Amino acid sequence: MSSNDHPKTIAKEASFGYDRKTIDYIRNAAAPGLYVSRGMGAKRLLPNFDDLVFLGASLSRYPLEGYREKCSTRTVLGTRFATKPIELEIPITIAGMSFGSLSANVKEALGRAASEVGTSTTTGDGGMTQEERQSSKTLVYQCLPSRYGFNPDDVRRADAIEVVIGQGAKPGGGGMLLGQKVSPRVAAMRTLPAGIDQRSACRHPDWTGPDDLAIKIQELRELTDWEKPIYVKVGATRTFNDVKLAVHSGADVVVVDGMQGGTAATQTCFIEHVGIPTLAALRQAVDALEDLDMKGKVQLIVSGGIRSGPDVAKALAMGADAVSIGQGVLIALGCNHDSYYQGGAHHDATADYAALGTAPGYCHHCHTGKCPVGITTQDAVLEQRLTPEVGARHLKNYLKTLNMELTTIARACGKQNVHHLEREDLVALTLEAAAMARVPLAGTSWIPGVSGL
Amino acid sequence: MERMSFDLAQVPLREVNTFLHKDAPSRGALQVVVTNPDGAHNIAVGLDCPVEVEVHGHAGYYAGGMNKTGTVTIFGSAGTGVAENMMSGRVHVKGFASNGAGASMHGGLLVIDGDAGLRCGISLKGGDIVVGGSVGSFSAFMAQAGRMVICGDAGDALGDSLYEAVLYVKGNIKSLGADAQIEPMSEADYATVSELLAASGMQHDPHDFKRVASARSLYHWNADADQEY
Repeated sequence: MSSNDHPKTIAKEASFGYDRKTIDYIRNAAAPGLYVSRGMGAKRLLPNFDDLVFLGASLSRYPLEGYREKCSTRTVLGTRFATKPIELEIPITIAGMSFGSLSANVKEALGRAASEVGTSTTTGDGGMTQEERQSSKTLVYQCLPSRYGFNPDDVRRADAIEVVIGQGAKPGGGGMLLGQKVSPRVAAMRTLPAGIDQRSACRHPDWTGPDDLAIKIQELRELTDWEKPIYVKVGATRTFNDVKLAVHSGADVVVVDGMQGGTAATQTCFIEHVGIPTLAALRQAVDALEDLDMKGKVQLIVSGGIRSGPDVAKALAMGADAVSIGQGVLIALGCNHDSYYQGGAHHDATADYAALGTAPGYCHHCHTGKCPVGITTQDAVLEQRLTPEVGARHLKNYLKTLNMELTTIARACGKQNVHHLEREDLVALTLEAAAMARVPLAGTSWIPGVSGL
Repeated sequence: MERMSFDLAQVPLREVNTFLHKDAPSRGALQVVVTNPDGAHNIAVGLDCPVEVEVHGHAGYYAGGMNKTGTVTIFGSAGTGVAENMMSGRVHVKGFASNGAGASMHGGLLVIDGDAGLRCGISLKGGDIVVGGSVGSFSAFMAQAGRMVICGDAGDALGDSLYEAVLYVKGNIKSLGADAQIEPMSEADYATVSELLAASGMQHDPHDFKRVASARSLYHWNADADQEY
């Protein structure tokens, strides 16, 4: 019998080391000789808040009636030194995102929605726009390494100042805004030539290290006559030490941004390979505050992949005072939706996604400035696809939903105040989450690395 | 002109700054003298009126920081970040200045009679800096706009990653940073140097200065990629 009697089979022995994704990566690297940049945060599977569940009340705990009984969500930030702390209705804030990465319409929508639900919004790497100051009742003004558009008048009209050391998507790196988005207005606000590929500084220009930062914070306090809270934001890496140093430097509030935190443009290698998951960072941050006996004196905001009410509840139970949301907020506005709403009608956007080489649900092309739904763009035509009114309505609904979910869970755990949620209310579903969050594996008393099985 | 005096050995700095923010704007022409600064940080930060502040002694970090329309004269040396983020007005250091002098300034004039340390004029966004002596390494790092006149020498990596700021150096430049290049002086450049020297009370021949500006080769990430990133 000859071998020709059998049809030739195609051997497909896949390689784990050189799978399709890796082969594509190498081919792409070899073609233009350029690394890939994109928007959104880490896409890889990471231990996250989904890996925790609450132990609701039962016989050993007493629940509150789910809809009627009072459950406070009031949140106060900046009680350590500031004479005018930030008072919010809900513990869910809008994360810093720049005008430049986002359109002016979006910045206005964020401000309107935040003001309606009683929370704060935050400027970004590119200065404060008139639109966001006017629309935001409570506005946090970022002081970033680039200092683009940083202006003492804006410091004075801000409600709090956030000194940004780093960002979860790229701890150790500065911002990026590719030329397509550096419009004449963006360029003027940043004192840069229009159309250049803008790469922000990664280090602050006028201080190095925590002892200097303490003096810088004092300068901001002197400038504002000690009225405004000063936040310090760090990307999650050596979070235990960083939070301690931020407290040492005199922060009123520490913001910890985990590696799932979004970005409008960062190298993929940075997004996926630098920084630690939000869950791990949050526990380290809380440990640092407890170690210094500063829990409750210095408030903690956590961000990076907070999407839902349960995420918020778990973050609070772990020890955060509030959360901050960026990517989820953009999705609420219409990011990755297959259509946009303009002139009283829905318009299909799938062709525009296809033109970018992507599809609704997979788009991370914020860096191109060609956002099919008009969010991460400076294009005069595209930005009209998101009007402040429509955006604000959706975002307000999203924030209200998160807050209702948060209070539902808090009541189920028997808490009259969402800030009474505690670590003891949580267990983990996976070993990784149990080890990172240091809560017991469900049904056991085992915390890997802390207690025996 | 009304003249007032605060002795920092007796009065807390916070009181001085609060006076400068809340009371000084309504006082008309006003001169405020600060004595015994003893290296205190954040003296006269956030001025927002045309008050004249004299500091008799050495100042710590961020003296005259974020100044708008005020005039600050330091009869001594200044610590890190003197006149950082100044918007307008004038800050004059009669002695030496430490690191990051004039960092991220947007406007106004910073004059340093002596030398300045590392990163002088870093992230400069406008305004003018005139240094009578030399500047340390990484000066004008990522400087975006504005002008710097350096009457002495410059350290390593001058003007690294420069954008549109222009630097004029009389002495030696130890090394230029990435994308910085020496360019020929034009008549406009001589006029600029002459004007800035006069404004700072310094006497040098503008013809002795070199012009350093950006080669603009880093403006696009990868010119071959035609922005198809």
